Amino acid sequence: MPDRYDVLVVGAGPAGLAAAQTAAAHGARVGLLDAQPRPGGQVWRHDVRHQAPRAAREAIAKLQGVDVLASHSVVAVESSALRVETAEGGRLISYGSLILATGARELLLPFPGWTLPGITGAGGLQALTKQGWPVAGKRVVIAGSGPLLLAAADTLRKHGAQVLGIYEQAPAASVHAFARQLRHWPARALQAIGLRVRLAGVPYRFGSFVRRAQGSDSVQRVDIDTPTGTQTVECDLLAVGYGLVPNTELAQLLGCAMDYLGPHPHVGVDRLLRTSMGGVYAAGEAGGIGGLAVARLEGAMAAHIATGHSVAAHALAPQRDRERRFGALLARHFALDPRLHALGDDSTMVCRCEDVTLGDLNGFTDARAAKLATRCGMGACQGRICGTALAELGRFPRSGARPPIFPARLATLAGLTTLPSDDAYRGS
Amino acid sequence: MSAQVKLSVNGSLVEVPAGASVAAAIAQLTTQFRRSVSGTHRAPLCGMGVCFECRVQVDGVAHVRACMTPVSEGMQVITDA
Repeated sequence: MPDRYDVLVVGAGPAGLAAAQTAAAHGARVGLLDAQPRPGGQVWRHDVRHQAPRAAREAIAKLQGVDVLASHSVVAVESSALRVETAEGGRLISYGSLILATGARELLLPFPGWTLPGITGAGGLQALTKQGWPVAGKRVVIAGSGPLLLAAADTLRKHGAQVLGIYEQAPAASVHAFARQLRHWPARALQAIGLRVRLAGVPYRFGSFVRRAQGSDSVQRVDIDTPTGTQTVECDLLAVGYGLVPNTELAQLLGCAMDYLGPHPHVGVDRLLRTSMGGVYAAGEAGGIGGLAVARLEGAMAAHIATGHSVAAHALAPQRDRERRFGALLARHFALDPRLHALGDDSTMVCRCEDVTLGDLNGFTDARAAKLATRCGMGACQGRICGTALAELGRFPRSGARPPIFPARLATLAGLTTLPSDDAYRGS
Repeated sequence: MSAQVKLSVNGSLVEVPAGASVAAAIAQLTTQFRRSVSGTHRAPLCGMGVCFECRVQVDGVAHVRACMTPVSEGMQVITDA
């Protein structure tokens, strides 16, 4: 495997796959990195029991001429190069252009009992299930917000789970207004109708959210606030996710400027997906949650631009702009109820790595001070879960990314040619 | 249906489909993957390699994310629960 690519793509989901394929078609030498063992990203994650959607199979099959660098985690950046870790050790991979297709993760918010085994994200349980997590015959409650809840329920049912209900925090009026807008998006309307038909018989409740979970060794009971009062539901698994937030750690480490829509950053890009750093582009969810169609278009656009084919990139922009409007529609209709910010009490764990409670953080107004005093955000997830939750809760913004952006072995770090000075990252 | 893979989880034999994750193999036996710093039991949360709640020992290597690691024949997995 070479250690230099004309175009290096980070993230092998729909955006990264489109980027890699497009850049290779222009004759570039392309590397496609992903921390996961197989390409597909989250939305096209490989399912051990069921065939992937046709679009996913086609996108993965069209990677001729692309070096797929699976199970490669990016841990640090150097001059026009990324330091990556694999099971075999560290590597330095340099690039001419870099396309960030780092996707998104779920927004997970603390509530009493949320650290119990058996409680996962909604997309989280869907991902685990696709990889063989045993759900057949299990009673599952799905909660949180957004269309991902329906997709998760569908996957779970296909794998034999008994989905007791889907609890959407957005009020009924808002979800119905969203459904009416779908007439402008026929492909999505069909998809939504298909899901509703397959999920016939599964209660889909609005204005409802998980208040607390209880159990001894794992989750056994969930209290759900509904517009008509609190319901207690006995279950084996609880999957709860409040939508998606962009993965921006690598972009921040590279020095790319961030934009904010609400409390969470996304990579700032111009209309042709150029970040503030020369030769670095961002496609798909990293540049703001937009969904699958946006990801595929932007992956192709970024690769066109990165290989000097700006006419082809411009040609896709109007279609991309239209698809981005769908993302905005979703954000508006599934906006989070402020009551979700107050689910946890002082004894609720927020930093699951270091066991720091919300009460431990009372009085702190910035992440750095909180970290120094309580270790909040200093564990293995590096604040990806608690820092994002605390930003959503309005406590304080997450502190900036510092290398390594994932825990790495000392041997990998020992290979770094430029050691970052602490000052360079202080306060960022 | 794909081929099956046999591996050991805390000394017990577990069989899962090829391509399944170590997390899925562990879940056949227990919902408890690790103990937190204050001693409470934890299990996978994010399912996608972000939260590190699923970390276990695989073939002698500590802190391996079970959700991101495919099973292989004869693998030795040890949880901290």
